[in-house]
Amino acid sequence: MEPGLYHILFLSTALFFIGVYGFLTRRNLITMLMSIELILNSVNLNFIAFNKYLWPNQMDGLFFTLFIIAIAAAEAAVAIAIIINLYRSHNSIDVENAEDLKY
Amino acid sequence: MTGSDIIFYLLATLCVVFALLSVTTRHIFRAAIYLLFTLIGIAGIYFWLQYEFIAAVQIVVYVGGIVVLIIFSIFLTQQTGEQLPKQKLDRKIFAALVVFAGFALTMVQIYQHTFIETDEIAITPTVENIGKKMLAVDSGGYALPFEVISILLLAALIGCIVIALREKKNIEPQIQDDTEEHKGIV
Amino acid sequence: MPNVTAISLIPLLPLAGFLLLGLFGRKYFKNSSGLIGTVLLLASTVLALYTAYEYFFVYGKVAGVYEKFVALQLTWLEFSPGVSIDMGLIIDPISVMMLVVVTFISLMVHIYSLGYLKGEERFPTYYSYLGLFTFSMLGLVLASNIFQIYIFWELVGVSSFLLIGYYYDKPSAVAACKKAFIVTRFADLGFLIGILILSFSGGTLDFATLIERLTSPESNEFKAAAASTFLGASALTWGAALVFIGGAGKSAMFPLHIWLPDAMEGPTPVSALIHAATMVVAGVYLVARLFPIFSVAVPGVLEIIGWVGAVSAIVAAIIACTQTDIKRVLAYSTMSQIGFMMFALGVSNYGGEAGLGYTASMFHLFTHAMFKALLFLGAGAVIHYVHSNDMKDMGGLRKFLPITHITFLIACLAIAGVPPFAGFFSKEEILLAAYNNNMAIYWIALITSGITAFYMFRLYFNIFWSKPAPSPSERAGGEVHGEGGFAMMMPLVLLAVGTAAAGFIPFGEYVSSDGKPLHAHFDLSFSIAPVALGLIGIFTAFWLYKKQNDKPTKLATSLGGIYKTAYNKFYIDEIYLFITKKVLFNLIGRPAAWFDKNIVDGLMNLIGNITEKISEGIKKVQSGKVQQYAIYFLGGVIVLAVLFIYIWK
Repeated sequence: MEPGLYHILFLSTALFFIGVYGFLTRRNLITMLMSIELILNSVNLNFIAFNKYLWPNQMDGLFFTLFIIAIAAAEAAVAIAIIINLYRSHNSIDVENAEDLKY
Repeated sequence: MTGSDIIFYLLATLCVVFALLSVTTRHIFRAAIYLLFTLIGIAGIYFWLQYEFIAAVQIVVYVGGIVVLIIFSIFLTQQTGEQLPKQKLDRKIFAALVVFAGFALTMVQIYQHTFIETDEIAITPTVENIGKKMLAVDSGGYALPFEVISILLLAALIGCIVIALREKKNIEPQIQDDTEEHKGIV
Repeated sequence: MPNVTAISLIPLLPLAGFLLLGLFGRKYFKNSSGLIGTVLLLASTVLALYTAYEYFFVYGKVAGVYEKFVALQLTWLEFSPGVSIDMGLIIDPISVMMLVVVTFISLMVHIYSLGYLKGEERFPTYYSYLGLFTFSMLGLVLASNIFQIYIFWELVGVSSFLLIGYYYDKPSAVAACKKAFIVTRFADLGFLIGILILSFSGGTLDFATLIERLTSPESNEFKAAAASTFLGASALTWGAALVFIGGAGKSAMFPLHIWLPDAMEGPTPVSALIHAATMVVAGVYLVARLFPIFSVAVPGVLEIIGWVGAVSAIVAAIIACTQTDIKRVLAYSTMSQIGFMMFALGVSNYGGEAGLGYTASMFHLFTHAMFKALLFLGAGAVIHYVHSNDMKDMGGLRKFLPITHITFLIACLAIAGVPPFAGFFSKEEILLAAYNNNMAIYWIALITSGITAFYMFRLYFNIFWSKPAPSPSERAGGEVHGEGGFAMMMPLVLLAVGTAAAGFIPFGEYVSSDGKPLHAHFDLSFSIAPVALGLIGIFTAFWLYKKQNDKPTKLATSLGGIYKTAYNKFYIDEIYLFITKKVLFNLIGRPAAWFDKNIVDGLMNLIGNITEKISEGIKKVQSGKVQQYAIYFLGGVIVLAVLFIYIWK
């Protein structure tokens, strides 16, 4: 069977929920960040697939993907700055230790 | 089954398998490498979809940038070779249940939905077309988002520097203050 | 028209004294506080006398009838338009008469206390309490509505409590003040419920309106109140009876009298003021104030009042014969005399000749205030001299306390009903009223007046004769202060003059149930029986107690059980103790405590525990852990998605 839109959507959904699973179960902040990257990539894949199969006459999906990649890069940089900061103050990047949110 | 199909399936399998490995392995360094493979697999799918520019950006930014950043931060914060702490089993089960439910729901919705394709003439996403569109100011042009993104990147840059700088000055007293405050509240 | 400024100043001056001395007395008026209080009260007394003169001789009489005036009406607490609690000043014969009595006796006591409590550490406090009491009593007297009277009713209760417990380092005084407060408070509960019933039935708190509505059988309020019944009696009957319970508590009527003898732990002038002349007659005053309701609307309750009064009179008189503490004798005598006033009201009717009992009751209230205050102050002088309350420590004092002796004798003759002293006239009127209305009560009253004469002269002979005069060495402290200074003797003399003269006031001209002058005509032959009985009582006492001998002891032994029962006050205190401790505590208190501890508290604890458990659970939800939040969020999103897609479409 020729791969089409549905195949790619399946792939992106799978990647999305794998990312979510990682985000929910990982205790290390860096690995949680990796999971977020997975989620972002699955979204990108979705945009590209829709652009390719449904509206090939436009390039909106493509641009969205480009911008998401740019934002993801910025996000990763800021996130890592925060993680390193947290590591300095708590001496750990275990998310279980970073539970100051409850105060 | 054509060679093209086989390549897609191979790439898809590669992505899913390495993504799974990436979120389940207990070696953080390996997780980063598995993520790298997943990202490369996704880049492959972009190639397969003939969106070469996006694929290139994917490799340059993700593989060359973000993953390297992540590995860099791992070296800064973690003793490599150490295994990651185990998550509680109930959390894992509950997360798996939620994730599976969400996945099932989404897939059911996708397969029940009929997507309508347009009949208009396709535009080839060449670098030239992308570039023109990106800087176009007429309707459908992306000049404004482009500028906004550039501002965002600048803000992120400055933000990172500020976060890093502030901490460097007086780390020690701040830690103590913080802990004492928390004790008081607890 | 009434002079509002003068009338409102009468109670406000003592209040000013209370505030001034209460707040600054101990610091600034250490020595002058007695003088300040006395001067303020003197002004008050003068104003009261002026008001009385103005009322009785200038403006009060309108077309031959003494009218009720409401001198001042202020809305104090408005619940809704038409329903409000007012503060007013009522001016009518009995309130004006009470104004004079209260201010005059209070002034006497103020002056007397200057000598009696000289050098006392808490002198300013004492005078501030006296001011508070006088203010509350005057407010009670002037109250124009039933709720206002209740407020001041409680205020006199409080000041009585404070003054009985004035020697607060004496455990017996502390116990006595608590007892007085609790017993009267218990009775006031009835009063409050009675007020609620009456004011609800009458639809007003104001005395005049209330009386007008509840005494005319045509009014809607009367019909409604008479129609609604509870346990076989109408709401009106219940209301009136409960109000009377309040009055009975304050006036120490049987069986709520137990606090009065113990209240003698207070300083003697206080006993003279509060527990003889003014506060204890508040119950009588209350019944008199609502007299038209009692007499016209609920004659059944009035009959109960008559019987309660009669029983109290004779029981108290019998007990008084056996007591040895002179103040207790006087306390029981007070109770007995208030019983007289009560049953005088009980046998009275409203209006005209038949209202003689009402006039007699008020008259007796007036004269009794004089001679009973005199007796207490005289007893105070004796106690001051011998430093003891007990008859055994006294005797033969007539030579050392000549003024006290004479004034005390006058008072004793007055209370025994010997003409021409004040008590004779008022008692005759009471007996006449009883004779016309209720023979049984008349006989009880007659016997009681005989006993009264006996115990009063028992007291008199025991104090002033009996033993030979004590030798100088026995007179502990007697040489130091003698009979007491001018401050103590002046009130005695003034009161003695009052006692001797008050009987000649044509009281019926001024005070009667319906305001019309009542011409009491005396039948000399009617007076023979009571006077003869009184003289028999006096001579019995003379024979038994003139010289120290063993006749009283013999008599006591021969009477045996009766004497012992009377000596122990008919065991009423013991019955109360039995009822409260054994019956109430065991049958109601303990089960209630168990219920409270296990069921009520248990319920509260259960709720508390459940809340705690739930909050423990909720606390875990807010763990501060990002991933948990993310799971909840995602789960919520999925649930909502399912709901919106499949269920709510």
